[in-house]
Amino acid sequence: VSSRVLSRGAAAAERRAELALRALAIGVLAVIAGIAITVFSKAWPSFEHNGLAWFGSGGDVDTQFNAMINGPRDPANYVYHFRAWPLIWGTILTSGLAVILGMVVSILAAVFVVELAPAPVRRTIDPVIRLLAGVPSVVYGLIGILAIAPWVEHNLISKGRKRSVEYVVQLTGANLSVATLILTVMIVPIMVAIIASALESVPSSWTEGSAALGVNRWRTTWRVSLRTVRPAIVAAAVLATARALGEAIMLAMVAGSRGFAPNPLDGATFFFEPVRPLAATIIHYIDDLTVVPVGQTLYAMAAVLLVSCALLSLAGWAAKQPMKRYGIRA
Amino acid sequence: MASYGSEIGQGAMVPPASAFRATGKRDSIGSWPLVDRVAYALCWTVGIGLCVVAGAIVLFMLVKGISYLRPSLLLEHPSPSQSQTSSGGFLDPIEGTLLLTAVGIAIAAPLGVGLAVWMSEYQRPAWLARLVESGVEMIAGAPSVLLAMFGLVLFARPALAFLSQTSAGGSVFGRSFLTAGAMMSLLALPLVVASTREALMQVPGHVREASYALGKTKATTIRKVLLPSVRSNIANGVTLGVGRIVGDTAIVVILLGATVRLEGAGGAPVLSTLRGTGGTLTSYVLFNSPAGEGNAHEKAYAAAFVLLLMVLALNVVVMGLSSERSGDRARRWRLVPWSLPWTH
Repeated sequence: VSSRVLSRGAAAAERRAELALRALAIGVLAVIAGIAITVFSKAWPSFEHNGLAWFGSGGDVDTQFNAMINGPRDPANYVYHFRAWPLIWGTILTSGLAVILGMVVSILAAVFVVELAPAPVRRTIDPVIRLLAGVPSVVYGLIGILAIAPWVEHNLISKGRKRSVEYVVQLTGANLSVATLILTVMIVPIMVAIIASALESVPSSWTEGSAALGVNRWRTTWRVSLRTVRPAIVAAAVLATARALGEAIMLAMVAGSRGFAPNPLDGATFFFEPVRPLAATIIHYIDDLTVVPVGQTLYAMAAVLLVSCALLSLAGWAAKQPMKRYGIRA
Repeated sequence: MASYGSEIGQGAMVPPASAFRATGKRDSIGSWPLVDRVAYALCWTVGIGLCVVAGAIVLFMLVKGISYLRPSLLLEHPSPSQSQTSSGGFLDPIEGTLLLTAVGIAIAAPLGVGLAVWMSEYQRPAWLARLVESGVEMIAGAPSVLLAMFGLVLFARPALAFLSQTSAGGSVFGRSFLTAGAMMSLLALPLVVASTREALMQVPGHVREASYALGKTKATTIRKVLLPSVRSNIANGVTLGVGRIVGDTAIVVILLGATVRLEGAGGAPVLSTLRGTGGTLTSYVLFNSPAGEGNAHEKAYAAAFVLLLMVLALNVVVMGLSSERSGDRARRWRLVPWSLPWTH
């Protein structure tokens, strides 16, 4: 609207409205900048004292935390020694395995929902997926620790297996496999939603063209539809990874709560070893946040999460670009 | 396939009807190669499997909930006790959930709608709009632990001491319903923004032009024409946001104190509670799980059941809101703005 047709007062009011809304937008950016600045400035001492070795392995993280908690209280003698690798490895394992597993499940589920399911089934699966997405993580954690973990401990972990590693780590029902499985259930709904929404917007002429060539329904889906939505699949994986990285409560409950780095060389035992990813560790030691070096170490872990999520957010944006070329709204 | 070719190739100007019927006929799965049939079966398995998992979760919680939930639990204050019989109910956590959600949404809803309006109607300067768009997406992807850790530093500043309590030594506690609610609003914000913005962008341009032609200003058009027309989408986004706030635990644990009872800061009654610490159903479940200090399974199951009922109710609301907006298929999945991690 040209401001000339408005009275001077109305034009000023218009301007004020726009400026107020723009201030909101700037406020959001300020919050993000604030998050980055505070987290990094709080985290710096921990990185500064450990250098790049912070990310390396060496020693037991829980022992290191206890040394900080029981360490001297004067700033000159703070204990900062910390090697985060077991936690980082735990994060990579839980998120990585869950995303790989979730990817397979969600692609199949999305194809099922969009292409194969008859209408009545489709109508039921729709709210089901929304429900799975809405269940709070603490409820997943509760079911995991009270129902699934005891069952796994009694039925899947043999005495011999427990004994084989008893000098290294205690095997319980709360372990990598249970954590991964529940995390998969938690991230599948979002992936299904993304992939299904992309599948639905594949131009029907493309699939019809394939069907007209005599290609069967499955092949059409596999070769035409899924190939078209590849960027959405990548975007889904990226967003699911971000979600898995940030999951704290459920993993604090069912992953074993021990800063242990599972060793793939242990064979099947590997899947029953406890882990504790970064976010879960923050929750685990949150009561000791007031101990300065512990607090700074926790903020350092938050900083690692922040950087990972920012990178993933960037990757998600990049993954969505090709979709725009097809005119599929991402 | 070869047969269609030969039929058409036999020289008819108009292909015989059988050619069309052949394509229209459902191709029978029996004729598919084995690999395709296996994949088809897998799809069904996974689809039904998801339903079974969801069904199992609901059924399990229902059985546990019915066996442990008693009306008295909903009405009694929790009391600090080690034994499950005398530790009281979870009235305080329920109040905490409601209060925290109210605070969070009271901030997120106006902020989100305003942001969405700016992003779809003004977006000047363009670079700022792009920046804000990725900013909102970044907030959507940020773990709630991170937001809580940030909030802890932010609200411990003396300038923001009025939002929480100050200890005798002068250090600001930073944990209260107001501070936790403020961070919770960041969880809900992207959902409100996404559904509002999506809907605003689908309002045809001529609607705006018609309003301008009547001499209405842009601000009036937004207020009187655009926002009313996307009301149900805003409600949808807000409901999704409520779902996320209700289900989040990390912010409650870190920024609300996760105490079992609501502990007011003193002073005027409502303000005292808002500035005080407390807990929600999620933190109560965590507290009473084997991972927490309370370790009272029955209480944890009962509270988790109530929590799940709340989530189910929100789901029903979302479904009601979405059926209101006609059932065109392409938009079905958009109810949940898909570029955002939409839960917890």
